[in-house]
Amino acid sequence: MTYIAKPKFHHPGLKKNELGYTHRDYEGKISTLCAGCGHDSITASIIEACYELSIEPHRVAKISGIGCSSKTPDYFLGNSHGFNSVHGRMPSVLTGANLANRDLIYLGVSGDGDSASIGFGQFAHSIRRGVNMTYIVENNGVYGLTKGQFSATADRGSKSKKGVTNTDNAIDLVAIALQLGATFVARSFSGDKSQLVPLIAAAIGHKGASFIDVISPCIAFNNHAGSTKSFDYVREHNDAVNRLDVLVGRDPIAVDYAPGTVQVVEQHDGSKIALRKIDADYDPHDRLGAQTFLQKHAAKGQIVTGLLYVDPDAEDLHAHLNTVETPLNSLEADTLCPGSAALDKFNASLR
Amino acid sequence: MPDKKPISSVNDFVVRFANVNGSGSASANEMFARAILRHGVPVSPRNIFPSNIQGLPTWYEVRVTEAGHLGARGGVDMMVAMNPQTWDKDIAGIEPGGYLFYDSTKPMPSTKFRDDITVIGVPLTAITNSTYTDPRQRQLFKNIIYLGSLSALLDMDPKLIEQLIGEQYKGKEKLLSSNVHALHLGRDWALQNLKCPIGLRVKKSDKVGDRIFIEGNSAAALGAVYGGATVCAWYPITPSSSVAEAFTAHCKKYRHDPATGQAKYAIVQGEDELASIGIVIGASWNGARAFTATSGPGVSLMTEFIGLSYFAEIPAVIMNIQRAGPSTGMPTRTQQCDIIACAYASHGDTKHVLLFPEDPAEAFEFAAAAFDLAERLQTTIFLMLDLDIGMNHRLCRPLKWDDSKQYDRGKVMTAEMLDEGRDFGRYLDVDGDGIPYRTYPGTHPTKGAYFTRGTSRDRYARYSEEGSVYADNMQRLVRKFETAQDLVPRPLQANAAKPTKYGVIYFGSTSPAMDEAIGLLETRGHQLDRLRIRAFPFHSSVASFLAEHDFVYVVEQNRDSQLRQLIVNENGIDPVRLVPIVHYDGTPITARYIAKAIGDHQDHLKVTPLRKAVS
Ligand SMILES: Cc1ncc(C[n+]2csc(CCOP(=O)(O)OP(=O)(O)O)c2C)c(N)n1
Ligand code: SF4
Repeated sequence: MTYIAKPKFHHPGLKKNELGYTHRDYEGKISTLCAGCGHDSITASIIEACYELSIEPHRVAKISGIGCSSKTPDYFLGNSHGFNSVHGRMPSVLTGANLANRDLIYLGVSGDGDSASIGFGQFAHSIRRGVNMTYIVENNGVYGLTKGQFSATADRGSKSKKGVTNTDNAIDLVAIALQLGATFVARSFSGDKSQLVPLIAAAIGHKGASFIDVISPCIAFNNHAGSTKSFDYVREHNDAVNRLDVLVGRDPIAVDYAPGTVQVVEQHDGSKIALRKIDADYDPHDRLGAQTFLQKHAAKGQIVTGLLYVDPDAEDLHAHLNTVETPLNSLEADTLCPGSAALDKFNASLR
Repeated sequence: MPDKKPISSVNDFVVRFANVNGSGSASANEMFARAILRHGVPVSPRNIFPSNIQGLPTWYEVRVTEAGHLGARGGVDMMVAMNPQTWDKDIAGIEPGGYLFYDSTKPMPSTKFRDDITVIGVPLTAITNSTYTDPRQRQLFKNIIYLGSLSALLDMDPKLIEQLIGEQYKGKEKLLSSNVHALHLGRDWALQNLKCPIGLRVKKSDKVGDRIFIEGNSAAALGAVYGGATVCAWYPITPSSSVAEAFTAHCKKYRHDPATGQAKYAIVQGEDELASIGIVIGASWNGARAFTATSGPGVSLMTEFIGLSYFAEIPAVIMNIQRAGPSTGMPTRTQQCDIIACAYASHGDTKHVLLFPEDPAEAFEFAAAAFDLAERLQTTIFLMLDLDIGMNHRLCRPLKWDDSKQYDRGKVMTAEMLDEGRDFGRYLDVDGDGIPYRTYPGTHPTKGAYFTRGTSRDRYARYSEEGSVYADNMQRLVRKFETAQDLVPRPLQANAAKPTKYGVIYFGSTSPAMDEAIGLLETRGHQLDRLRIRAFPFHSSVASFLAEHDFVYVVEQNRDSQLRQLIVNENGIDPVRLVPIVHYDGTPITARYIAKAIGDHQDHLKVTPLRKAVS
């Protein structure tokens, strides 16, 4: 067996939430990602948010595409159903799942390769349809699972681990989500739990398409400074061997900074990113303002974090389609089938 | 007088209308076909249309057939030539002794006609222009005027056409009366100026019975309603778009909660086929019945997801309305050319269930059954229609439904079953039929949750790349496919009047042409047993049929004899004994074609030593 289960032991003194669940009830299998991967910190924040919201873990459906990021749903909410679909297609699978049963909570987890390249279309269309979901992109600017190629969110001029310079412009998923009418748009940093946890909690509470872009450093391909070639060699990126990552892992990057301030974060490779947390008096109900704010700071080389836009009165896809309150997956022949009398009438109309 | 005796036939002839796309002729032509049906005479109409919207040639062919032959016949007895662009080709297509009907407003030089046909000119433009001033009205009513003239020439009862116009424009009195007026303009002109009726005539009969007249796509869409589909995701593509459009219309009629007006369904026009099948798979994973409708290019795009459906065992229903490929091929022409592509869709070792309805009635039944099969087998089910059934009206038996029927939701483990302590392994073969239990998301707080993935895993859904674990799973999938053999519609066999060593296998829309071809072959002295295949995987009776005959013809509408390939592949049979009869120019196969191809081969077999005969 190549998977690693967590020990079942529960500490009796663990804190419980309103439903009587402890943190452990929101955990999943032990992560097989590289130690220090930003994605693991996001997993921790999802666990924390669900715990704080006192969500029944099994009422969540967690859906992902393919990539290191997309593996993470296995590492939280072990009692809920997960679906690791195909590369870039999480949004359509989630949309279908949501249509089938509007009563569950839908968490979509994707990577920047998954969502900004192969799945760019699906990302866009799920947002514009207003699917009631929390769509999290774990954004590391590279393809982690296929070993370090640029993703479409990588900045122009940035260098890959192999020394290649990126000549293409970057896609800013947050700007696109705003433009497409997402009713909840945020950006955060994997290491900023104090910001990320409430954002995830708010996104889950939002009835409509919530999008959170989370900057999430990749230790394997953002760590040229300290790594050796042999690291690449050993690391096969499959669950069977990648516990070896521990050998070369780093501590995850953590930050905590005040609203309105800029925090420069050094990544594993020594490169720096400037995170700007939006001011407390920022108006998140102004879509146009959010777009301008984002662009203005991007021009200064700063990545804006925080809740950028929210429409508290948002409607979701079910409202647009005017579907019944009862989940479609629980309707049976007695309500779905028009029956033989209707069919006789139909036949008569065709003669 | 033509130098060939004019064809004389009652209730057995082919009329072809040559029009310009966008001229509004479609509804008049369809009314012509329906009017004949109202005389109690079976018809089999076919649209032959271009893959553009306006300007290009389009044809509508009506086979009037007292004998009830519903396949295309080939040849044209009367051409209604309303398109100058295709004039020469249209004239050339008329059978010797046939009739040409044309707009004689502008005289045509005699070189433009043929000596062996009867030419009937009606000054349609002149009549229309003297009656209507509005250009659109002129265009539309010209069609009704020729319908009126034809009714006189063919001796049709105008009351029956008026009745149809009345039904079409119910509540729109002005339109109704102006259409009836146009009908009589054309009819009266013909009665006063031409020798009516001509040799082709429609006589009242009683051969239609209680049969209905419906397009396969509409029937399949209604099958989805009856089969309990609640989620439909699709992307427009000819010739499948009308499935989703019809599903929308049927749902509006049958699926709204009377109290709240809310919809008991969800229809999403996806951004592409990838999204459409993704939505279907997501919905099915979560316990709803879901489907998509597409055609060849769409299936190509869906293959990655189809592989996921197969391996992760998620139900899905795909209605594939086939058209001529490869690539964009001939988008508005019919073929049965996706057999191999669908049977083995996606990378790796996969096999999928295919259903082959022969007409709209079966399209309805099989569409409904597809959802039971998809949930029972937890895999993709393809409903294989083609343009010929999908987009043409066919006469077929009335649609039937058994009200006592409950949906087969397959093996779903409930919270109660989990509480009873039932062992839940998502990929455990508890019953030996290769089909495991699944749980819906949200079933139980602590039991039954699992992770669905396209990667290899063990019986308890735990990720594993262990070779033996992988092989165990793949073997179970083979077992499941064997189970499917007995769940899908069985082949139907019909034996020749006398014992014979020869057989013929066919499927889908070839059916009516095949029925007729058998008769033609009998008159040539050839006896054949036939087997109509209705599904893949093949039932064991296919192998028996092959064993019982020296030679079996496989008739299909594609170049490479794809069904034959599949039979050879799946039954390990000597290919020499399966003789391909293929037709793939994009028009529906005809009885004449089949009878000639098989007849010639049979004659050859009788006089040639075996080795040469099969080469
Ligand atoms: C159709 C298809 N093409 C390519 C791949 C290979 N592939 C797997 S993951 C991946 C990129 C993952 O990048 P990202 O989404 O950014 O996730 P990360 O691993 O960086 O978290 C690619 C290209 C695939 N699985 N399927
Ligand atoms: S390769 Fe990068 S993204 Fe993938 S697990 Fe390792 S650190 Fe995380």
